[in-house]
Amino acid sequence: MKLEVDVKKRLGAFTLDIQFSTMGNRLGIFGPSGSGKSTLVRLLAGLDAPDSGIIKLDGEVLSDRQKSVTPHKRRIGVVFQDSHLFTHLGVRENLLYGYKRLPRAERKIDPDELIEALDLGALMQRGVHTLSGGERRRVALGRAVLASPRLLLLDEPLTGLDDKLRYQIIPYLHMVLDRFGIPTLFISHSVEEMRLMTNRVLLLEGGGFAGEIKPAELAMQSLARGQEGYVNLMRLCDPSPVGDLCAYQWGDNELILLDTSEAPRVMARLEARDVVLFKNHPTSASARNLLTCTVSGLVPLGNRVAVELLCGGQLLVSQIVREAVVELGLREGSVVVAAIKATSFRILYGEPRRRGRGALYGYEQEG
Amino acid sequence: MLFNPADLQVIALSIKVASVATLVAVPVGFFAAAWLGLTRFPGRFLVDGLLSLPLVLPPVVVGYFLLVLLGDKGLFGPLLSTLGIKIIFNWKGAVVASVVVGFPLLLRSIRLGIESIDEGMLHAARTLGASWSDIIFSVVLPQSWRAILVGATLMFARSLGEFGATVMLAGSIPGRTQTIPLAIFDYTNQPGGDAGALKLCLVSIALSFAVLLISEHLAKRAKRAVSR
Repeated sequence: MKLEVDVKKRLGAFTLDIQFSTMGNRLGIFGPSGSGKSTLVRLLAGLDAPDSGIIKLDGEVLSDRQKSVTPHKRRIGVVFQDSHLFTHLGVRENLLYGYKRLPRAERKIDPDELIEALDLGALMQRGVHTLSGGERRRVALGRAVLASPRLLLLDEPLTGLDDKLRYQIIPYLHMVLDRFGIPTLFISHSVEEMRLMTNRVLLLEGGGFAGEIKPAELAMQSLARGQEGYVNLMRLCDPSPVGDLCAYQWGDNELILLDTSEAPRVMARLEARDVVLFKNHPTSASARNLLTCTVSGLVPLGNRVAVELLCGGQLLVSQIVREAVVELGLREGSVVVAAIKATSFRILYGEPRRRGRGALYGYEQEG
Repeated sequence: MLFNPADLQVIALSIKVASVATLVAVPVGFFAAAWLGLTRFPGRFLVDGLLSLPLVLPPVVVGYFLLVLLGDKGLFGPLLSTLGIKIIFNWKGAVVASVVVGFPLLLRSIRLGIESIDEGMLHAARTLGASWSDIIFSVVLPQSWRAILVGATLMFARSLGEFGATVMLAGSIPGRTQTIPLAIFDYTNQPGGDAGALKLCLVSIALSFAVLLISEHLAKRAKRAVSR
């Protein structure tokens, strides 16, 4: 998917003045509140017209001085933060609303397959008022996907959900978007969501374009600004029980976790400050995980340093104070032992079994 | 017998006029409300004001203007007579008077309902491939049932009570254009007509109350339908 945007839009005291051209299938738009994310979504979907400029999707002009393709002909789907399900229709009718309006030749997605992928079977006869927050978002996602959009805008689809629900929905998002091959633009102000959902991030600031970076770089930037500590997001697989604990495979390493999941593949979270570094291998330690790593980079962040470590083909970040770096004599290429307690990991979600076509999980492989 | 044949004729005519007026006005009112409530165009406030004017004008004044427009010598008189449509001193005149006087109430109710529809739902429908005309029928109409019912009730009740504009446009011809309020007025001007007037007053109350109950019942069902 290729997206070219060069537009201006004034709304009261706020002006969106943005130019960018980008390619990718898992793009993110990141920015604080008031940076113009929602305005951009409305312009892309055609729900608002720019004051001037041009918007092109895959070379086709959606909006310029001469014309503006009406939203119902753009085939750009939107999953809104508040779901906006049709309250006068049941779940089935909601799901099929866009599908029924597609010409038969363009109905590429089988509703039954989607209903199965999103686990909506049990909800089909229900009214939308009886759905929980998470169920509503799944129905809204299904409804947008069934309309076979050329581009799907996910406008803060996880905002307002608690962590439990959020991590329940993320795997569904991945599975559906990958399985049906839908390019997405994921809009959020959460660094973690950007890392879990996108592989390129467009930055918005004060109504303007502030650059395009990788999600991991975004996480580093936000660490540098002291906004939040760095979090390692690690995809683990092949669990096997070890006493009360559970061993997971992470690249060539084996990690021992207290947290477990029934899924064969999981996404786990580890705070960088919970990774303790030793110069020499400790003879005995309470930490269940001792990984031998090589320092691949040192990123100073005020009085702290983010130490990038390579271990078993995977990247791990530890966050320590500057004094510790000096004392351990750390430099690029140094070999250290990273100690991580089994309790420091938190499994965010289990990935559903992979079915169907295509190279799945297009987002960045971190950790 | 409780009612004499003339009274029954009056009651039947009143129901006929109010029903036809409501049936004619509801579709027009819905589309006008959708147009005014969902679009922004220059002159919107002027159109809104003109359509609402009968609400604040004395009905007699409305009747007078209708007479000027639709009378035999009026602006549209020749056109109507060419088409063979007779409005003046005819039950159709009572319908026209009721529609014009009751329309603002209908329009306002439906418009309030339409304006309270979640805008995001309309946006969702557009991004899902529905054109505006499609959205009007697939989202706006089913979401507005309650408001339409309330508006129709008000319209019907207003028609049952319409006097001023009706008397100007249709007159008060017993058996042809005399509705309940006109007949009550007639009774009170006759010696010994009090009992007749009272009977028709009670009929008027009963009819209005029945309409209110039916509308409440339907509105409850409509509410259930939009909150499935």
